[in-house]
Amino acid sequence: MDRRTFLKGTGATALASGMLPMLKVLPASAAPSGVAVVAISQTINSLDIHRKGTNRPSYQIAVNCYDRLVSFGTKTMPDGSLSYDYSVIEPDLAESWEATDSSITFKIRDNAVFSDGSPVTAGDVKWSLDRAVSLGGFPAVQMKAGSLEKPEQFVAVDDKTFRIDLIRKSKLTIPDLAVPVPMIINSKVAKANATADDPWATEYLHRNTAGSGAYTIARWDPGQQIVYQQNEKWTSGPLPGVKRVVVREVPSQATSRALVERGDVHLAFGIPDKDAQELAAKGDVTVVGTPIENCVYCVGLNLNFDPFKDKKVRQAVAYAIPYEEIFKAAAFGQGVPMWGGASAKPADVSWPQPFPYSTDIDRAKDLMAESAFKGGFKTEFSINLSLASWMEPTALLIQESLAKIGIETTVDKIPGANWRTAALVEKRLPLHLENFGGWLNYPDYYFFWAYVKGHLFNSSNYDNPEVAKLVDETLHMQTDDPDYAPKVKRLIEIAFDDVPRIPLWQPNLNAAMAKNLEGYEYWFHRQLDATKFSVG
Amino acid sequence: MTDVTAFEAGVKPRSHIVYILTENPVSIVAIAGFAVIVFAAIFGPLVAPYDPLATNASVSLQPPSWAHWFGTDQLGRDVFSRVLAAARLDLMISVAAVGLSFVIGAAIGSAAGYFGGWTDRITGRVVDTIMAFPLFVLAMGIVAALGNTVENIIYATAIINVPFYARVARAEAAIRRNAGFVQAAKLSGNSDIRILATQIFPNALPPMAVQASLNMGWAILNAAGLSFIGLGVRPPTPEWGIMVAEGANFIISGEWWLAIFPGMALMLTVFTFNLLGDALRDIVDPRQRT
Amino acid sequence: MKPFARLRMVLGRIGQALPALFGVIVVTFILTRALPGDPAVYFAGPAADEASIQQIREALGLDRPLYEQFVYYLGDLASGDLGVSISTGQPVLEELARRLPASLELTLGALLLSLAVAIPMGVLAATNPGRPIDHICRVIATAGVSLPTFFTGIALVFVFYYLLGWSPAPIGRLDFAYLSPPPITGFYTVDALLDGDPETAVAAAGQLLLPMITLALFTLAPIARMTRGAMLQALGSDFIRTAKAAGLSQRVILIRYAFRNAMLPVITTLGMVFSFTLGANVLVEKVFAWPGIGSFAVDALVVSDYAAVQGFVLTMAMLFVLLNLLIDITYTLIDPRIEAND
Repeated sequence: MDRRTFLKGTGATALASGMLPMLKVLPASAAPSGVAVVAISQTINSLDIHRKGTNRPSYQIAVNCYDRLVSFGTKTMPDGSLSYDYSVIEPDLAESWEATDSSITFKIRDNAVFSDGSPVTAGDVKWSLDRAVSLGGFPAVQMKAGSLEKPEQFVAVDDKTFRIDLIRKSKLTIPDLAVPVPMIINSKVAKANATADDPWATEYLHRNTAGSGAYTIARWDPGQQIVYQQNEKWTSGPLPGVKRVVVREVPSQATSRALVERGDVHLAFGIPDKDAQELAAKGDVTVVGTPIENCVYCVGLNLNFDPFKDKKVRQAVAYAIPYEEIFKAAAFGQGVPMWGGASAKPADVSWPQPFPYSTDIDRAKDLMAESAFKGGFKTEFSINLSLASWMEPTALLIQESLAKIGIETTVDKIPGANWRTAALVEKRLPLHLENFGGWLNYPDYYFFWAYVKGHLFNSSNYDNPEVAKLVDETLHMQTDDPDYAPKVKRLIEIAFDDVPRIPLWQPNLNAAMAKNLEGYEYWFHRQLDATKFSVG
Repeated sequence: MTDVTAFEAGVKPRSHIVYILTENPVSIVAIAGFAVIVFAAIFGPLVAPYDPLATNASVSLQPPSWAHWFGTDQLGRDVFSRVLAAARLDLMISVAAVGLSFVIGAAIGSAAGYFGGWTDRITGRVVDTIMAFPLFVLAMGIVAALGNTVENIIYATAIINVPFYARVARAEAAIRRNAGFVQAAKLSGNSDIRILATQIFPNALPPMAVQASLNMGWAILNAAGLSFIGLGVRPPTPEWGIMVAEGANFIISGEWWLAIFPGMALMLTVFTFNLLGDALRDIVDPRQRT
Repeated sequence: MKPFARLRMVLGRIGQALPALFGVIVVTFILTRALPGDPAVYFAGPAADEASIQQIREALGLDRPLYEQFVYYLGDLASGDLGVSISTGQPVLEELARRLPASLELTLGALLLSLAVAIPMGVLAATNPGRPIDHICRVIATAGVSLPTFFTGIALVFVFYYLLGWSPAPIGRLDFAYLSPPPITGFYTVDALLDGDPETAVAAAGQLLLPMITLALFTLAPIARMTRGAMLQALGSDFIRTAKAAGLSQRVILIRYAFRNAMLPVITTLGMVFSFTLGANVLVEKVFAWPGIGSFAVDALVVSDYAAVQGFVLTMAMLFVLLNLLIDITYTLIDPRIEAND
């Protein structure tokens, strides 16, 4: 029996004598059709989302091995695939909650237990949330977005009741409890492995999980693979249909594609647009492409760089970009175009929405002539090496177009780890491509991160007091507030006009999977969620 | 090693060369190939049918055809024109790198062999240090530290090749240090430098020239390898290594021409240089044939 | 030569290697400090501000002058602390220890394969000098060394995995269905056999095949050439002529006398080729997702993971120096013709 047939799962007879050698190497509890194999292109560098230096692909551990107080619901997309539903908050470890203006009180489910069988208590919740805000770095920043800032806010009233005291009333607080960061850790186990130097057990939780989620970690070979083992004690949902999920790190995109085409893996996660387009056409595997909410691929113009201080230059660039060509050559038609909007005033608050620019070299030349830089100028065009698959063709096409209006550029590829520093911390890249996507699906949330001076994803150093004020007002406002829509429309209108960021398209998250794999679900965090997997 | 080369024995150079070449048909192929490559490097951009940098998204990923002999890449650029243009860049890199390491290696090597003593010991240690590194990794480190420019690739490749020339030069100089004609030159009052330049170096030239042609191929592979891992030339500059690296992603989906043609060009060029080195070696000293 | 004389020679060779080793440490240190990117910013994480970055910098000791950092570095080295890799989150020493056997298995396998092909080729060419077979062998060997290893690897994967399906998926040392054998040597094939598990051994060997062939093609040329040259020299020497005159058969002459004598320079070449390949398999590991030290180094270098790069370069250089030392010493000890003052 070869591997492909093995993976297709020919039922109980698969356990026949031909399979005996397999049984020797897999534990007896794993049924042959109970293993799903996934190929991802990045490496997991820690099991602890709160740890400093943990990279994004590692967030999947928090998703699959830990639970939270609440979670997002699930909806079915037009093509039949599953996606999280940002408009529905479901109970997870908390079975119900009551919100007042000053606090939210959660009742923890009685039967909620950790993978070692011990019950989930409010004490565990407090310890976990304290940890999330105390260790600093990205987790603390994300918690802050939901106004969860200090340990004093978290109160364990009794074993099964937990209260959060609010600094301000915000629509973002409860959704922020559903993102991967505020995961609930088994504090008894963690504390047993903490030391005086390491009170939050970072060393232990870096290599071990102590959660209540759908899976535990059977083995982790850093740089190669991670193997999830079904947690039979999971109480937050129906048990996954697979007993094990093997996640292999396959850095080469071409190899991932070959693997899923030949049936050697069940799922190739996060594949490039080109492969998605071609595999969908071939039809041997199921291809799911989901537009990533609240995310745009855009061109960032840094206002610390003189020519880009001039709005006319920025608008000239916006008119010079060859949008159609880029969408075809870099995105292969996958995603949602973000150019060619009908009017300079937005009709609604949907976000992202197309900007009112399209390719018009003559208009671009006119604008350059009107600006203070009619002779053109030179600059560096920076792209992120780990995202080169879409950034490189995009940059090359834009480079060619900009040359026509007098802007000379050299393309500079910056390696992934250095990219964050250069683009987001130092904010020193004059012209670059950006791919920020906000986890919480509100336009004001996007503007908060990308259009307010000094905030992380504002790589353009854009500073507009009116925008800052509007963001401040709308960030915590409920969406059904009568002031909300006009203010957000005004924000979008300013973004249309000032264009420190020029959107190109809204990208898809693509995955190719074997026809017998079910339960793939798309999430805003763009990481693998295997909690609903089953292999038919 | 007190052997005497064919030249020193008095055989006429031209008839000797002709003899060697006709005896080994492969050498003729090598020389012909070399001529083609040099032609491509010098005249390539002039005879190329398209601008290697001009994109044209409407004809992207076309297989080889009469309009585009090697097909087009993902941005619609003509692969044939890019391969030709890359010839110039790759050749320039390898010539510059090898030339640089030749000069430096010859200088320090012959000085070490001639003067001996501390000069020899110190240069020996420096060379040992360079050779102690996995050479490609050292090149990677230098380019990563100094930055992704063509100059840095040349410097890095030059540095890692110096030991080869230094060793050969040192050996040749050490042999001839006490030879009769050198003693005679010293007695007639020639300075050491003059002796090194006019007596020792010309004799060291043939084996070093052989080394150089062998290294040219290796230098090209080095530059291509660096580009493959992303430390080489910046886009959109055409260079064989980058083209293979990018093309590798397209092989699986069936667009084989993006990687195969630059890869073949790379291989044939290196192959030609290696065979050329063999031919040179045969001319210079048949006894060292391997 | 007297035994103490040999011992003195060996010690002398070791002494000669020390300055090179120190030079390596210094150069490595300088190179990694010159790498772009600031590890303090990376550790401080996103949304970090100047103050927290400065804190991390002080904690890592990166704000001290260069020579002080160097001294601390030497101290760390002496205690075996190579730092923690930023990108993988593991201690560098552990990473290297885990990955080195993978690279060694690949390199040794490739060398064995290459020997199996190159030596017969070299002998064949040497016994038929100037004839077509000689030229063909030379062309094959030269072609092998002219191919860029990354290109060969990709082409082989395309043909043998994707098109023909003969070879297993190029996703590393062992397919997911097999658990790695208990580590004794670190070589999966050997360990699996020692564990009495031929199935895993075969699976591991299958994964090894394509990368091995790719590397072997590259190492074919120097070995074949050396064999040919050494055999030619041996066959042309006086004692062989005597043997021929004495009436010994061609076969006996070839195998018993010429071959054995030709092996000495071939072994030296082997050592050089091995050390060269260990560094050059960086590209092969990248193509085949082989979890060796080569791919570790490339990934670390591209993201300026300074501790990892330092650790890798240092380890490799030490290995080289030691290997060359070993070859030198072995050569010295077994070849009575070598004089002490060359």
